[in-house]
Amino acid sequence: MASIQLEHVEKRFGDDVAVRDLSLDIADGELLVVVGPSGSGKSTVLRLIAGLEAPTAGRIRIGGVDVTDTPPQARDLAMVFQHYALYPHMSVRDNLAFGLRMRNVAAETIARRIEDVARSLGLTPLLDRRPGQLSGGERQRVAFGRAVVREPRAFLLDEPLSNLDPRLRGSTRAELALLHQRLGATMVYVTHDQEEAMTLGTRVAVMRDGAIEQVAPPTEVYRRPANCFVAQFVGNPAMNLLPGASWRMAAPQGLETPRSGLTVGIRPQDIALVGPDEGDTAGRVELIEPLGGTALAHVRVDGLPRQLVRVLLADDADIAVGARVGLRPRRDRLHFFNGSSGCRITATDESDGHGSD
Amino acid sequence: MTGTAARLLPVAVVIAALAPLYVALVGSLTPDARLFQSVPLVPTPLVWDHYRALFGTRGFWVPLGNSLVVAVATTLLALLLGAPCAYALARLRFRGRAIVLALVLAVSMLPQISVVPPLFLFLRELGLIDTHAGLVLPYLTFAMPLTIWFLVTVFRQVPLEIEEAAMMDGASRLVAFRRIVLPLAAPGLATTALLTFLFSWNEFLFALTFTLGPERHTVPVAIALFRGQYQVPWGEVLAAALVATLPVALVVLVAQRRLVSGLTAGGVKG
Ligand SMILES: Nc1ncnc2c1ncn2[C@@H]1O[C@H](COP(=O)(O)OP(=O)(O)OP(=O)(O)O)[C@@H](O)[C@H]1O
Ligand SMILES: [Mg+2]
Repeated sequence: MASIQLEHVEKRFGDDVAVRDLSLDIADGELLVVVGPSGSGKSTVLRLIAGLEAPTAGRIRIGGVDVTDTPPQARDLAMVFQHYALYPHMSVRDNLAFGLRMRNVAAETIARRIEDVARSLGLTPLLDRRPGQLSGGERQRVAFGRAVVREPRAFLLDEPLSNLDPRLRGSTRAELALLHQRLGATMVYVTHDQEEAMTLGTRVAVMRDGAIEQVAPPTEVYRRPANCFVAQFVGNPAMNLLPGASWRMAAPQGLETPRSGLTVGIRPQDIALVGPDEGDTAGRVELIEPLGGTALAHVRVDGLPRQLVRVLLADDADIAVGARVGLRPRRDRLHFFNGSSGCRITATDESDGHGSD
Repeated sequence: MTGTAARLLPVAVVIAALAPLYVALVGSLTPDARLFQSVPLVPTPLVWDHYRALFGTRGFWVPLGNSLVVAVATTLLALLLGAPCAYALARLRFRGRAIVLALVLAVSMLPQISVVPPLFLFLRELGLIDTHAGLVLPYLTFAMPLTIWFLVTVFRQVPLEIEEAAMMDGASRLVAFRRIVLPLAAPGLATTALLTFLFSWNEFLFALTFTLGPERHTVPVAIALFRGQYQVPWGEVLAAALVATLPVALVVLVAQRRLVSGLTAGGVKG
């Protein structure tokens, strides 16, 4: 196992910058989740670490050793690809053995390790089949197995669950978390699914346009998003971002309102619906989306004609479309951002403003 | 109705394709004297005279052997040299790749007759006129572009992720090429080999120009030179044509086993 460092790494494809001045320090044994919208450069970061792409600037270190110019086969990392990338002309057993054979591991050791891994991943009955004879979930497990059996210095996973159906994805995600605990391995996990990021990562790196917007533990990213982008990307349903002027509320003490104005962020679950005259502001319910137990109300707030505010309803709420309601956000759960840059503005007394949830 | 038509169409095509072959077969077994009367659908009696003459007095073994040596050597060399070229063109990023590919294609666009004189001078300079190598070499000028163009397409169809997986597993590019790409490209390689073989087997102009005597003639040249001053021995020509078809049919049968589709199934999710 090893740590991974990226230092001011840049990757250009012609004139397009896929990754810009990216520095990242991944600790030994950490499961870092890289999350971001499509095209934000997540896969490119992973491929740079893997050595499948060469950076146009910057250095990459694995276990403290500079590997920037080392080819992928000499980096001793294992990668799980989005489309599995199994060797179709080989049996599952040979798929698992390939990496070990490449490293001249003794035959008995190979057999023993394959047996261990196959047992722990439930692959034993499949060992003599070809990938074409497996279901998607089984192929996914073989792809994991092929990585695990190698005992590499770190695992790189590129959206490994995105091809599975939702239920299987949930259980495989849990298995992966257990696997990480058991192996104590360094893992870099790429996904565009923020929920996956929040549940899996010891830390989450949120990417946009080839740059990292924030790296922090999931709860930190959720409770203290570094900017508007992270705030809206993380959490489901997404946070409301509203022009500060539209809320009749005093900015908390110690918070300096920037000249460009303030953007206030508030999560849908942190707004309570009250009587039309009781809240900080009032509006009309335009749409209600049932979400199983609860429901999401979209409210047109007075003085905010172009935007709907999302409010998560309590399970016993009895509110109909068209009703006039008052909105009362939880004061201690408000987020403030610079109106033009989108950066988080920290109040001097903010540290005690965010309780647990 | 359309279903019946769809089933009958292939049958019709097969009959149309095989009919001349059948006529040739019948003709090759009919004595010369009766050849130009109406040929019966089933020849009686079967006469092996033409074949006996072909391998006896004509010594058809010699051109057959020449053709086999030249075609096999051309095919093997074209694949051996063409596969790495095609792989590089398909996978590696380097400056001028598109130009190289266009040039390769341009070479195969030249009318064959226009390269005969310069090639002749070259081969004479090298002392290769009337040798097997003197045919294989010029054949490669056409076989290589063909092979390279085909194989570039074939290699591009092997999913890049699988190759990258092999490299992550510790295989160098060369090992990944040999252990992963080549097996997955086998059907395409077989098809390419088949086409190259057919091209070399059928080639006439080079073979006629660059060989001098009957001991170096290939099958098409030998057959063309069967004609005497006053008559064409049609019976022997037909027999020779059938014999010449045999190796091709054999190669197709062998290659067909490798043309199993769906070999890459399950490697990457479609
Ligand atoms: N080989 C390449 N050549 C040119 N541009 C590329 C190449 N690979 C990636 N890019 C560009 O780099 C940017 C980042 O791509 P990348 O694949 O890393 O995104 P991603 O975050 O993984 O997206 P997704 O979630 O859709 O997989 C994109 O704009 C993409 O078009
Ligand atoms: Mg990607």
